[in-house]
Amino acid sequence: MDSMKGKAAITGLGITDMGRIYGHDANWFAGEAVRLAVEDAGLTKDDVDGLLINAGIQGITGGGIGLALQNYLGFNNLRLLNHMNAAGSTAAQMVQYASFAVVNGLANYVACVFADAPLQANKSAGAAYGSARRPAGMISLTSAYGLYGANSSYALAARRHMAQYGTTQDQLGQIAVSTRLWATMNPKAQMREAISLEDYHNSRWIMEPLHLLDCCLVSNGGVCVIVTTAERARDLKQPPAYVWGMGQGHHGNPMRAGFEPETHSAATIARESAFRMAGITTDDVDVCELYDCYTYTTLVTLEDYGFCKKGEGGPFVEDGKLGPGGALPTNTGGGQLSGYYMWGMTPVSEAVIQTRGQGGERQAPRHDVVLVSGNGGVLNYHGCLVLSPNLA
Amino acid sequence: MTTDYARPMPAADEDSEPFFHGARAGKLMLMRCRSCGAYRYPSRDRCDMCWSTDTAWVQASGKGTVYTFGIMHQLYHPGFKDELPYNVVVIELAEGPRLYSNLVGVANEQIRVGMPVEVTFERINDEISLPKFRSTA
Repeated sequence: MDSMKGKAAITGLGITDMGRIYGHDANWFAGEAVRLAVEDAGLTKDDVDGLLINAGIQGITGGGIGLALQNYLGFNNLRLLNHMNAAGSTAAQMVQYASFAVVNGLANYVACVFADAPLQANKSAGAAYGSARRPAGMISLTSAYGLYGANSSYALAARRHMAQYGTTQDQLGQIAVSTRLWATMNPKAQMREAISLEDYHNSRWIMEPLHLLDCCLVSNGGVCVIVTTAERARDLKQPPAYVWGMGQGHHGNPMRAGFEPETHSAATIARESAFRMAGITTDDVDVCELYDCYTYTTLVTLEDYGFCKKGEGGPFVEDGKLGPGGALPTNTGGGQLSGYYMWGMTPVSEAVIQTRGQGGERQAPRHDVVLVSGNGGVLNYHGCLVLSPNLA
Repeated sequence: MTTDYARPMPAADEDSEPFFHGARAGKLMLMRCRSCGAYRYPSRDRCDMCWSTDTAWVQASGKGTVYTFGIMHQLYHPGFKDELPYNVVVIELAEGPRLYSNLVGVANEQIRVGMPVEVTFERINDEISLPKFRSTA
């Protein structure tokens, strides 16, 4: 089979208001995101013949979007439909499956949509993500030991990295500081006031070694991208973001000696496929849009893509090179830490903006090759896209 | 402690009853594959290494090291209100499996990755004893 490089493109982008937006359910946010993306692409509702759906935390806690979104939006002639779930790697995966579908004629315009509305007035973000599940068996032991949620699991992973490689709290903090600087220039970002390393250290502990400012936001909102063929994309309203490379990596966690998924993410597997397809190395990457559910996730993902050696992520980020004006602009919209938390659609959406050159004052000067990562579980599931404004 | 235990109470199911039974008697029990010899935790009916369903419950040495740890400051369950900040550890057992637990008898500041530990049991009631670990350094 011929390479998929440059055969498909993202052509429409819809981003709703983000954050503590009340009075709407997830279907509403999804519908709004799809409407905005179709309009952005210069298409009409009837052009859309594919719909890929990804619910956020409400897919687990209840109220999340699902197949019923089709009828909510009145799509009566779809040729492609699925409700996908590979956690935080789903968004990149949706673009991958949509690309294969359009290139092989299964559909012409595939809307890939994520929406979530877990936040409620008078309820903390943490409570919105809390789980009421109380299963029996040995799995019930984790809550008996006081282990709760993703914050705990990522704290344990970050601690392992710090112990193995000497990564410091300051180095994690620098990621929070650099990412926030980008957010100050993004009108959609939820946290738009610059922070200092001192602010980082003063933010309360969630679970050591993670401060509050190591952790992502929680957002109500929706994001949609439209995927079509490169040929069709050229005739549409927006500059195409061509899909140069795609990859996935999923190494699981057997929880036994000999495996270290806490410090070695599945990005290594995804990178191999995506960089080979795109014909690039890390030296070619101009902008990184990485899944940053935690500062540590950014650090370990950079290592696993090979921007630095394993264990050297701390010194690599320490000089602020990820921030505005830095050598490797990363999470230029403020990421999930300071922008908005739309799972894998946070990095995908900002990558489309940067690839098009529409970032305004936060636009990276060079954006010929934009790397997108999606991460789910505790560094277990990984999706990768390489986007470019150039066909080849 | 036995009557007003406010933290989440674990419960055995059919598959894991030998684990909880062992814990009541002060034994840390692991599943071991009779086909390839791999130990596994938590209980599940098939070996993830060789896919055999031929399994035995065996007593583990109870010895291991701290693979990683964190200090919890956030209150997720009211039963932990008086425990904050408390430690959660991942122990890598000598037999290979890693499990979540708590370290007892050591200050949070003293906990280190790689610290040698051994199992000890915290009796909650007649049914449930929780495997926890203490430093042997």
